[in-house]
Amino acid sequence: MPLLEVNNLEVCFGLRSGAVKALRDVSFTLQRGERLGVVGESGAGKSVLGFSIINLLSRPGHISSGSVHFEGKDLASLAPEELRSIRGNRISMIFQDPMMTLNPVLTIGVQMVECLLAHRRISKADAKRIALKKLQQVQIPSPEKRLDQYPHELSGGMRQRIVIAIGLLLDPDIIIADEPTTALDVTIQAEIMDLMLNLCEQNNVALILITHDLGVVSQVTQRMLVMYAGRIIEQGPTKEIINDAQHPYTQGLMNALPQMALPGQKLNQIKGTMPPLQRIPKGCSFNPRCEYVMDICKQTLPSFTQSGNCQVACHMVAEPMQDKMLIKEV
Amino acid sequence: MIAFFVKRFFQAVVVMFVISLISFSIQDNLGDPLRELVGQSVSEEERQALRDEMGLNDPFLVQYLRFAKKAVQGDLGDSYFFKKPAFDVIMKKLPATLELVFGATIIIILFSVPIGVYSAINPQSWFSKTVMGLSIVGISIPVFLTAIGLIYLFAIELNWLPSYGRGETSNLLGWETGFLTADGLKHLILPSFTLASIMLPLFIRLIRSEMMEVLQSEYVKFAWAKGISPRRIYFVHALKNTMLPVITVGGVQIGTMVAYTILTETVFQWPGMGFLFLEAVNRVDTPLIVAYLIVVGAIFVVTNTLVDLIYGLVNPAVKLAGKK
Repeated sequence: MPLLEVNNLEVCFGLRSGAVKALRDVSFTLQRGERLGVVGESGAGKSVLGFSIINLLSRPGHISSGSVHFEGKDLASLAPEELRSIRGNRISMIFQDPMMTLNPVLTIGVQMVECLLAHRRISKADAKRIALKKLQQVQIPSPEKRLDQYPHELSGGMRQRIVIAIGLLLDPDIIIADEPTTALDVTIQAEIMDLMLNLCEQNNVALILITHDLGVVSQVTQRMLVMYAGRIIEQGPTKEIINDAQHPYTQGLMNALPQMALPGQKLNQIKGTMPPLQRIPKGCSFNPRCEYVMDICKQTLPSFTQSGNCQVACHMVAEPMQDKMLIKEV
Repeated sequence: MIAFFVKRFFQAVVVMFVISLISFSIQDNLGDPLRELVGQSVSEEERQALRDEMGLNDPFLVQYLRFAKKAVQGDLGDSYFFKKPAFDVIMKKLPATLELVFGATIIIILFSVPIGVYSAINPQSWFSKTVMGLSIVGISIPVFLTAIGLIYLFAIELNWLPSYGRGETSNLLGWETGFLTADGLKHLILPSFTLASIMLPLFIRLIRSEMMEVLQSEYVKFAWAKGISPRRIYFVHALKNTMLPVITVGGVQIGTMVAYTILTETVFQWPGMGFLFLEAVNRVDTPLIVAYLIVVGAIFVVTNTLVDLIYGLVNPAVKLAGKK
């Protein structure tokens, strides 16, 4: 049984101009200890997906249908108190910008201890001891000193280490990391990423890594989801997708990597921009930008086709398969 | 810390110098002190002689220097009307005014924080919408109208509360206070609410909008993701950050409130320095006017210093000079 099972998740933002669907029909599973990458352009719904797993969408966003099963409970319809006992405890999050994630007027110690006390019946002194141990695990220099310091006294890299330590405080089953290194200096990005991966592996924590960095995803994740305009368009083992992307959008993303261009040549890019969520075209949402667009793409939404170990939502991939099946039937 | 206070002290001196210069320079336009000082039977020659004697005919700078020389020694001149040092006259009235401002401040804190926080957490509730509507009305009603309305309702119609004066006061270490007697407290209620009514809507709106902004911040979102209780998120994580700008504005407003007491004290016949100031203006009691303005300036500087100290306590990113 998978650790986390998301089924047909749909997220709506009720705006004055009408409801906008930020996620449509999103389904995937996560196994214990697995590392799953979520990639896509800005606005594809990656972060919304991360927040909706622990049902923490800010107003006016809300889960309008679908389910998020975790240990037999549906997080999408769980009572607030029960949900609270899972957040930070069994499923924790690491945010993008460590400069903004920590409360500026509370000490690091307070922000760590409160999290432990919210979920466990332990004394303050014990909570402090655990906090200190986690700070040592994230290899922060002189951890004892940090507990009494305020966020503004620490560098960005150190703050993100603390955020990771907070994420690991209660030995969660899942960590959702929303672009955990984007806001950091390039020189420490790799350091923080390595640290996070090692700690996840040591503690058998499943990781959902939300990023637009295909390089990182290809190196560290076992499976990946590619998102476009609120939908998953391709998912499967990372290696297979990286080596042989099926969906034209995924192919476009791969081609856009700087490594893919020859020296002196302009970098490749996918033409056009992602449509705003209010004006998603009929049929396949990618059809206006797709090089291989066919008539059917403008009419019907492609369903998932199994291709190897991957699932791809594309008519072009689906068609030859259907042809094969037809031939068999004849 | 010491450096901070020294800096503040010099700031205060500069502020008071400027205030005294301004208040001194307007005295010529206030009217003739002699009109109130002497009877109608005094002849014009005698008046001239008196003016010369009092130095009122000297050039502005000469007058000001004479005043300043005495002022640095703590002597702000004698009140024409009371025939006593102006500073002493004001100091006698100061407790009444400070207690009124204090009462109003307590009311503002007690009401604005819970109401502001509640309407920030539930911006769509009917309560928040009603409060927002009422606060606009509250801001636009002038103080004297609020005062008269309150007197009519609570003193005349319901006969619950007294409508004028301070009531019974007791002496506490040389400070005439109305806080220790039931009668004194009863007398304080209507004037305090009146004075608070000007600032209360402003503070509710300020706290609400600041809190709403803080609730949108990443660190509050992260606090939710940590699974800590809503109460802790609202009152520890959000409120502490909300209060930072509120403290800054609040300090200035409390100073302003000292000035607003003039109206409130007049309507309620409150024997404070605002009431005294209005009388002094009517009597062209220049030394008293100047002394009043300087004292109010000093109160401003002191409250702002206190506010900066409190701000430093709440915001760890601010270190007062020399504090380790």
